[in-house]
Amino acid sequence: MTNDIRLSSRDLEHIAQERVVETLSRPSLSYWQDAWIRLKGNRRALISLYIVIALLAFTLIGPLLWSVDPSVQDLDQISQPPGVDRRATLVAPHVPWHGGEAETAAVDGLRIVGAANSQAVRLAWDPIPGAVRGYRIYRNIFPIGPEKAYGLPLVMSIAGTWYEDLLDLKPRDYYYTVVGLDEHGVELPDAETIEVTLPRVITIDEARGRGLIAADATPQLGDPVTLALHPLGTDALGRDLLARLMHGARVSLFIGIVAPFLYVMIGVAYGAMAGFIGGRTDAVLMRFADFVVALPFLLFMILFKVMFGLGAGESGIVPMLIAMVILSWPATSRLVRGQILSIREEGYIGASRLLGAATPYLVMRHMIPNTMGVILVTLTFAVPSAIFTEAFLSFIGMGVAPPTPSWGSMCNEGIKTMLTTPHELLFPAILISITVLAFNLLGDGLRDALDARMRSRE
Amino acid sequence: MADVIIDESSFVRSAGRQLLVYGIVTVLGFALLMWLLDALASLVGSSSETTGAVDAATGTITLYLDEEPPQLDSTLATDQVSGRIIGHVMEGLLRKDELGNIVGGVAESWTIDADKAVFNLRAAARWSDGKPVTAHDFIFAWQRTLDPATASEYAFILYYIKNAEAINRGEMPPTALGVSAPDERTLVVELERPVLFFDKLVSFPTYYPVREDFFKATNGRYGADADTLLYNGPFVISSWVHGASLRMDRNESYWRRDEIRLNTINWAYITSDANAQLNFFKDGKVAYAGMAPESLSVALENRWHLRQFQDGGVFFIEFNHRPNRLTRNLHLRRALLLVNNSSELVNKVTKLPGYLPTNSLFPAFLDGLHDKFRREHPAKDVPIDVDQARRELELARKELGLEKWPPLSLLTGDNPIANLQSEYYQSVFKDKLGLDVRIDRQIFKQRLQKMTSGDFDMVMAGWGPDYEDLLTFGDFFASWNLNNRGRYDNPEYDALVRKAQASLDQAERVELFARMQDIIVDDAVILPNYEKGASFVTDPRLKGLVRRVVGADPDYTYAWIEESAQ
Amino acid sequence: MFRYTLKRLVQGLITVWFIATATFGAMHLVPGDPLSGEKAASAEIQANLRAKYGLDKPVLQQYFVYLGNIARGDFGISFTQKNREVNDIIREHFPVSATMGLLAILFAGAGGVLWGALTALFRNRLPDVIIMFLVILGISVPSFVMAALGQLSLVKLNAFFGATVLPVGGWGTVRHMLVPSLVLGLGTMAYLTRLMRSSMLEIVNADFIRTAKAKGLPAARIFSKHQLRNASLPVVTVLGPAIAAITTGGFVVELVFAIPGLGRYFVQAVQQLDYTVIMGTTVFYGAFLVFMVIAVDLVYGLIDPRVRLQ
Repeated sequence: MTNDIRLSSRDLEHIAQERVVETLSRPSLSYWQDAWIRLKGNRRALISLYIVIALLAFTLIGPLLWSVDPSVQDLDQISQPPGVDRRATLVAPHVPWHGGEAETAAVDGLRIVGAANSQAVRLAWDPIPGAVRGYRIYRNIFPIGPEKAYGLPLVMSIAGTWYEDLLDLKPRDYYYTVVGLDEHGVELPDAETIEVTLPRVITIDEARGRGLIAADATPQLGDPVTLALHPLGTDALGRDLLARLMHGARVSLFIGIVAPFLYVMIGVAYGAMAGFIGGRTDAVLMRFADFVVALPFLLFMILFKVMFGLGAGESGIVPMLIAMVILSWPATSRLVRGQILSIREEGYIGASRLLGAATPYLVMRHMIPNTMGVILVTLTFAVPSAIFTEAFLSFIGMGVAPPTPSWGSMCNEGIKTMLTTPHELLFPAILISITVLAFNLLGDGLRDALDARMRSRE
Repeated sequence: MADVIIDESSFVRSAGRQLLVYGIVTVLGFALLMWLLDALASLVGSSSETTGAVDAATGTITLYLDEEPPQLDSTLATDQVSGRIIGHVMEGLLRKDELGNIVGGVAESWTIDADKAVFNLRAAARWSDGKPVTAHDFIFAWQRTLDPATASEYAFILYYIKNAEAINRGEMPPTALGVSAPDERTLVVELERPVLFFDKLVSFPTYYPVREDFFKATNGRYGADADTLLYNGPFVISSWVHGASLRMDRNESYWRRDEIRLNTINWAYITSDANAQLNFFKDGKVAYAGMAPESLSVALENRWHLRQFQDGGVFFIEFNHRPNRLTRNLHLRRALLLVNNSSELVNKVTKLPGYLPTNSLFPAFLDGLHDKFRREHPAKDVPIDVDQARRELELARKELGLEKWPPLSLLTGDNPIANLQSEYYQSVFKDKLGLDVRIDRQIFKQRLQKMTSGDFDMVMAGWGPDYEDLLTFGDFFASWNLNNRGRYDNPEYDALVRKAQASLDQAERVELFARMQDIIVDDAVILPNYEKGASFVTDPRLKGLVRRVVGADPDYTYAWIEESAQ
Repeated sequence: MFRYTLKRLVQGLITVWFIATATFGAMHLVPGDPLSGEKAASAEIQANLRAKYGLDKPVLQQYFVYLGNIARGDFGISFTQKNREVNDIIREHFPVSATMGLLAILFAGAGGVLWGALTALFRNRLPDVIIMFLVILGISVPSFVMAALGQLSLVKLNAFFGATVLPVGGWGTVRHMLVPSLVLGLGTMAYLTRLMRSSMLEIVNADFIRTAKAKGLPAARIFSKHQLRNASLPVVTVLGPAIAAITTGGFVVELVFAIPGLGRYFVQAVQQLDYTVIMGTTVFYGAFLVFMVIAVDLVYGLIDPRVRLQ
């Protein structure tokens, strides 16, 4: 700006009236449009959003695509990790063996009678001199070394010279050892060991029952079949892990999403009421909320779980939901009350009131929309903690009842076999982690997008 | 930030240096804190720090307990862990040697007749404070157990003593008990009815002595802590940190102390977590570890020497026989029995070596006349027959006048094995018979409550022996037995039990029990599952560990350390 | 200040009363009989047991007896450990949980502040990326998986050195406490790191920092006196709730590492329906948390002059 002002007559001319009073340089954006644009700009939040959508698809559409019954037990494929050889041979049904043909074998010493396969292994041996108190039979999956660790004792003392092993046979190599016991029941120094490779077999009836061969086909013994596919392996009862994860997702996500939704709604109603009415009512209502907050959360979750005392066949999802709602609403109500209190003092509320707006209008038009961002963010952050709670309770055996799967209870089952079959723990644990992560990041993104005051700095 | 005087990177550098200093200070602070805490802890001395699994120099072995014993009052003890501890620090009139034979304990000699038992106490038997164990200590313990105010759950095991049952019901004063002490070292027991196995009974913990003056001095806290307990067994408890550890030292007042070769048994950890137990063993911290199915491959990989053992418990699915229950129908029960495959259950589902598939109520260890009972009288085998089962089911449906089958409830506990098993049976009954089963998983006390009130169709139950006689299993299904929670009520069976109780002729008794066994199969009273077993590993240097079906198990009183076995 | 403290304490007491009442109510709605045992007992014995524990009286009377006992600090005798008082159980096992919790809080607090400051300082550079990745892992992996992995790594560690570097479980010495507390504090540490980072970033551009820089104060001084100190204030506020989370979160860690803490007792007591132990521990925990939060609030008032206590 300069100091010398020179006016000419043209400056004092009447300006022609313009038609357009003002033009907007940018299109008008509603609060939600603005938020959406911000969210889209946040790559992490957007990826999280896609993950959440994928999880929902996994839960809702997944079972349609992978229509394996999660409760069907495939006892031929127990605790199977993903990607093993599924070829098997058809055999006759198992008949308990009573030691026949044990004597007729041509080989001396420890020998296998008949065909050894994943159904049964039949052992026979010649009497060992000095074995007064019978024999002890071991099975190992490793060759026997000088330390003479023969492996699993299948039987501690047996009088006869034959034994049939049925225990949890897998298609693999086994080393069977027979040791004689002296008159004190102490093992004799010498032992006989035999190595067996077991092929995987299945009986015709089982194969037909599982739909592996057509009902009208006339299979022959010895025909090859391919066992059912389990892309993520199976659990300790041979149930398909992928199907169980999908069905478990229903429980975990149902609790994880519905419980927060319910308690946030209750909290909003309660908080809005307290904040809007104010005064003594507000004080009493908030004092009560403080009481509920003070209840130790997990202790009461467990107490409630026991209190509801599930009946037969009940999964316990609803009681868990109720317990969670009873204990969790006050936090939201406090937050919403605070928001309402501050909004109530805003100028535009006063203006609106002056223009004759009724209370319901004020609440619906101003208060709720203005707290919507906070509510949505709270909701998103409540989801991971609800999922954790479910997982934790199921983990300590206080969650949903079997056979209903949930990610938490699957972790509980899987953690015991963490060392041998890690996939049973790994998959549900990864899903829990991904879900929690996605909702957390989405919450961050939403907070940045929706609420300028709560915006975090990244 | 062009207006900042210091440039950004040098700011970051010096701030980073500052942060590093703080980091180092923090680490040092923690180190100091740790050191202080360590010093503090060593002052308090409640550490579970140990020397290793076995220590030959000090004669110490280190072990874990699955659970904290609730208390160690022998008159109240019911659980296995208490039984184990009490069995190491107390001794009854008689005891079991390492082969399981009954030998003299506090009693030096004894005679048991049809109506009377006389025990002569040895002079050398002493309490840990040096005073002699007298006949009065037994009388006091037994009277206290039977006193209704004590409410001892195991009082029933004393019912063979004259007037015991009446006292326990509150119909007679405790002093009316048929026991007397003509002198300090003679105990005379009058029997209510003849009993063939009284010698086995008196080695049970409920029969152990309690000294009256000491008990009164503890002011109701007897057995709650190491110092509120007086010992007369091979060991004394030198420290008991609740929930953490329990340490036993050899009892120098024990009459047989020279035969006890371990100086210290340190139960340094209390945990029921199978992984934790395994890790303790792997880490060389404990000399014994029980094996969960999932631990076995670790054991194989580490080349440990595994052992197994049947603990005498028999597990089965019990039906609810109360009127107006569907499971009261014999054809339904038979149908379920015909598809019950205990071999598949054990070999494919529980998968634990040591578990034995069974078809009987009676476990294999029980003696018959000359041999084991089960070898003399094998239970009738019921082969799997799905077609027959379906026919029985159809018969049942017609008898009950049902349109279609409503779901049956299967009550179970909330442990992992029970989960597996109940889900397995649910799937078997559905696949083979088309029956819907609803699993009713309950915590321990709620399951008991439901069992007692009869709120179930089937329940996964088990029974462990209280003494080594067929009767402890045989009388389970007597109509008056409160443990018969399915309320099976068969006059014929009851008559057999009564006869077996009264008989002193083992040949006759064995026949009676064989007939009970037949009835249980014919009447499809239960679906037998398995005899429970356990696989375990021990430190190779630890020798002489004894496993017992009844009494302290595992029993380390005869154990020793052999250094050369390393 | 005094009036405020008094008021908070009275409010705290009323809250404890509410917790006690809620626990009592929940306990008496639980189905099942705490006095049933594995061996079925006769009706007479059942009645005697009921009388011993006062369960034969009307519920209202039981409630007042219970309140009276709590007021005297007496939680009664355990149902399962028949000769042991609940007070003894709490006295023996709470210090264990508390020690572990305290260590965990210290780990979490110190770690959170330091890592948070570090990430903010090296924003969007390698340390930031690595730490934030770990933080995200820490937030999203469930505690029981963490605990199991923690124990597994101890076993591997000991196997690697061929000696017991750190024990895999148990309690007593500092070496027992180290890993369990770390595992327990991990989640909170991750949370605090995030909090610290964003609160640091907010402060970096604050006017007073700019002023300090303009004045030419040494960088180290600006960083520690102005940035770090102000940024860590929000961390203190969440410590109260964090203590609650950590003390109850100790369950799993206590189970996995065989630590004789109160949380493990609580889970056991629930399984056994041990009324007195359940009520005792719940009320005790509740009261502890209530007064912890009050204490944190008061301390916060002392640290931050902007907060007026009234």
